[in-house]
Amino acid sequence: MTEQIIFYLLALAITVFSILAVTSKLIVRSATYLLFVLLATAGLYMLLGYHFLFAVQISVYAGGIMVLFIMAIFLTHKPGTSVRTKRGWRIKSSALLSLAGIVLCGYIIITNGIRTYQFMERDGFTMQEIGSTMLGSQKGQYLLSFEMMSILLLACIVGAILIARKTKTTDHDTNETDQ
Amino acid sequence: MGEFLINNTGDAVPVMAYQLVSLIMFFAGIYGFFTRKNLMMMLIAVELILNAADINFAVFNRYLYPGQMDGMFFALFTIAIAACETAVAIAIIINVYRNFGNADVDNLKKMKG
Repeated sequence: MTEQIIFYLLALAITVFSILAVTSKLIVRSATYLLFVLLATAGLYMLLGYHFLFAVQISVYAGGIMVLFIMAIFLTHKPGTSVRTKRGWRIKSSALLSLAGIVLCGYIIITNGIRTYQFMERDGFTMQEIGSTMLGSQKGQYLLSFEMMSILLLACIVGAILIARKTKTTDHDTNETDQ
Repeated sequence: MGEFLINNTGDAVPVMAYQLVSLIMFFAGIYGFFTRKNLMMMLIAVELILNAADINFAVFNRYLYPGQMDGMFFALFTIAIAACETAVAIAIIINVYRNFGNADVDNLKKMKG
């Protein structure tokens, strides 16, 4: 019963804050609502018994990505100014489209959803199980994906630095050619 | 209907409830992606969409295959990919801001050609 009460509180928080995050006019507020959504999602993972996923969600999403977001917002926006949105008919048609999508998928979930399952009580996975699954190379283990992820992170760091840095020499060159 | 009542009055939260939560989050993200002009706001909407997908991975793993952890690892790798994607997207947004003075998406028409 307690589990259900906690779940419905988290579900209410996720619903309200995700709708507020996409309708708020101020971008810093929007980012803060996104932070609340991510924290409530971490709560759902805890409720499911995935403690490692909970920790990763808090530290990577709510910690790392949100700091990046807020830094980028303060680098690119004046605080306190509201952002522009698209014209009225665009907003109306996209709201209609999203509502239609919710109704269609909700109907499918409610009529054809998974009703017959046996909910098995179990403790969370131990760190040893998680580690051997992540770093094992047998069937059902994820060493290859883990290494691919490290290469992806390296490529992402190099790409982000290459895109975002100020290239003084090339700026100078283009200025000279412009003149 | 009988199983639904049994599952609903038991201790466990039904799968359907988790699915409906992630459905609402997903379509809130879709709405934000279509209505916003600002690149940061569109990135926030994309984060909502990715997060909704993560919830589904974890829930299906926990309820249907509680002895395995494939869904959990998919969610973990999705979180890592989302971090990469955010970093590169923010680098691009800062570059757009540096070139055009604001971070609106209709600037990108005059990028090239």
